[in-house]
Amino acid sequence: MNTPEPFLGDVPHSPVRHHILSVLVENKSGVLARVAGLFARRGFNIFSLAVAPAETSARFSRITIVVDAESAPLEQIVGQLSKLVNVVSISDLAPKDAIERELMLATIRTNVDDRTGLLDVVGTSGAAIVDVDSHSVTLMLSGTPAACDVLERELENYDTLELHRTGRVALPRLGKRASA
Amino acid sequence: MKLTGAQALIKSLEQEGVEVIFGLPGGAILPVYDPLIDSTIRHVLVRHEQGAGHMAEGYALATGRPGVAMVTSGPGATNIVTAISNAHMDSTPIVVITGQVASAAIGTDAFQECDITGITMGITKHNFLVRDVQDIPRAVAAAFHIATTGRPGPVLVDLPKDLAQSTMEWWYPSSLEELDLPGYQPAVAASPSLIEAASRLISDSSRPVLYVGGGALKSEAWDELRSFAERTQIPVVTTLMARGVFPDSHPLNLGMPGMHGVYSAVTALQRADLLITLGARFDDRVTGKVSAFAPEARVIHVDIDAAEHHKVRRADVAIRSDVKTVLRAWESERVLPRDLSEWWGQINEWRAQYPLVYDPPTEEGLLRPQAVIEAIAESAPAGTIVTSGVGQHQMWASQFWPFEEPRTWVNSGGAGTMGFGVPAAIGAKAGRPERTVWCIDGDGCFQMTAQELVTARAEGIPIKVAILNNAYLGMVRQWQEMFYEERYSEVYLSPDLPDYVKWAEAMGCVGLRATNLAEMRAAIDKANSIHDVPVVIDFRTDSSEKVFPMVAAGASNDDIMVHPLQRSAQ
Repeated sequence: MNTPEPFLGDVPHSPVRHHILSVLVENKSGVLARVAGLFARRGFNIFSLAVAPAETSARFSRITIVVDAESAPLEQIVGQLSKLVNVVSISDLAPKDAIERELMLATIRTNVDDRTGLLDVVGTSGAAIVDVDSHSVTLMLSGTPAACDVLERELENYDTLELHRTGRVALPRLGKRASA
Repeated sequence: MKLTGAQALIKSLEQEGVEVIFGLPGGAILPVYDPLIDSTIRHVLVRHEQGAGHMAEGYALATGRPGVAMVTSGPGATNIVTAISNAHMDSTPIVVITGQVASAAIGTDAFQECDITGITMGITKHNFLVRDVQDIPRAVAAAFHIATTGRPGPVLVDLPKDLAQSTMEWWYPSSLEELDLPGYQPAVAASPSLIEAASRLISDSSRPVLYVGGGALKSEAWDELRSFAERTQIPVVTTLMARGVFPDSHPLNLGMPGMHGVYSAVTALQRADLLITLGARFDDRVTGKVSAFAPEARVIHVDIDAAEHHKVRRADVAIRSDVKTVLRAWESERVLPRDLSEWWGQINEWRAQYPLVYDPPTEEGLLRPQAVIEAIAESAPAGTIVTSGVGQHQMWASQFWPFEEPRTWVNSGGAGTMGFGVPAAIGAKAGRPERTVWCIDGDGCFQMTAQELVTARAEGIPIKVAILNNAYLGMVRQWQEMFYEERYSEVYLSPDLPDYVKWAEAMGCVGLRATNLAEMRAAIDKANSIHDVPVVIDFRTDSSEKVFPMVAAGASNDDIMVHPLQRSAQ
């Protein structure tokens, strides 16, 4: 079994075709639509997208976009994105130069007396149980996308009622900061 | 000073030096039309909002200054979408003001509400929905700044009615910082090392071509281009968007490249060992089949928009800069290619063998459209501005009108918008009233926006319109003839319906008709003698005329089809 190192498994196992863009945008209404619309009309594929207020001030938000670098050359995606007036800066992170994390929540149907196997999975994957009732549990894993992939595969052996992943957020590895 | 939002909008436009607004009022924009009465700004009342947009474009293309259009919400706004898209494709600086329903009504499907910022997100350089009356000056100033800097383009400002009616304390941004555009940095310093790398490619080339696009006009680089070309003797091709940036009469100018380009221009690009690409974007109408385009050429690509680099054709040296700056740098380096005498020998053979030709006109037969254009050009004063719609007549106008001056060719390139010609001519004439403005139009195009001749007559804007009336949607007909086994589907329009002379007269213009060469000469002379009202001439032309040369869609430029008169020689 290919068990990842929980939490600290910071060498991503994800395919190399993806690229991570960390995009600082003005926090104005419609900005997400501008970014998403650009990807749609230019035929650039998005694997995942996460938005949150940025660290600097309430004026800005950070959008972490995992793009399919095979759907279009990365320089073309960055070039078009840069032209959006509300886009302030773009950091282009190659997977090997980035710390990527993702959060996963999953609710599994399982009776109180039949949880040993599942608890084992929870233990080895580094997940945590965050909610319980008599016939189901909800687990949480925050880790590398690869670790989430592995746990998701593990859970295929169980009766998964709901599973939700946030999509990844990323920052440059220390010493690898570069911006476009 | 307290002003209403409406007053602040008009005052902001005055601050930006706007001299004319093309527009049409309606409910949501109504408050803004009141202070307009007291403004020095001229308003041209259009008959359809699309016309307002194309007039703003024609004004911008003829003057180099941003054009302004103002319309109401809902259908007023959607009617101008075509013109916005057209300006976006051709990087034309226009500012469009749209009225919007009151702030509280936004999102409720109110009367004449539509999400125009959403609709135009992909076809504007940027747009604003103003949310605070105090922000009106900033939005207007930012709109003009964005529209006219970097790669120019259309900017839309959507103004809710309640903001126009409420009160603000007047101010106007006095610095770029006050525009609050942290993500907009259009100014770039061209990299000296890249300019140097490009110089080395030029020095190393023996078959270079200057592939000059609309960006050369936008950066007003005509003097620099001419000095550079004359000193280096590098041949020049001018794309549809660049016609006039380099004189057609100049011996170094091979003319227009592309699908209907001049044989020598198309073939020089194909055989070149270096493309010096200046503000052009490798449009599919220029490249033909991309993988077969200029196969032996290395590429220098100068463009202010970095996203154009490597988009279609990978460049060996890509320089983010305006065209003028790079040409000046090369001039100061005195860069020179290798000996070009062999290259010119080859080019001159192509020129001699395949000049632009058409079947000779006869005195009694239907008119040759190319002959009509040449006859108008011969009698037109120097500096005449020419506009066109889209189709065969547009290609013939580009081929057969001798363009000698920048900003004398006003047409719809990237978007290919039929109906562009008449309103664009009105906008051009409003911006440069001292110039003669001819619209070379097709009968199909004319029918799309002809009502703006009412505007032209009412506003005293005396343009001249030449309808090359072949009774067909000619370019579609040409494709059906050549590629669909002459199965003509929905392309016949009739030469007599409508009656263009009566229609022109009904719109307050002089209407003339010419069916043969003698009538053609008489009609042109008559049109040239009229300076106070618009003139429309219905030229009856031969519908079997096709535009040549032609490269079929998706074909290699090597497979260029020359005029039938030249085929035995091929």
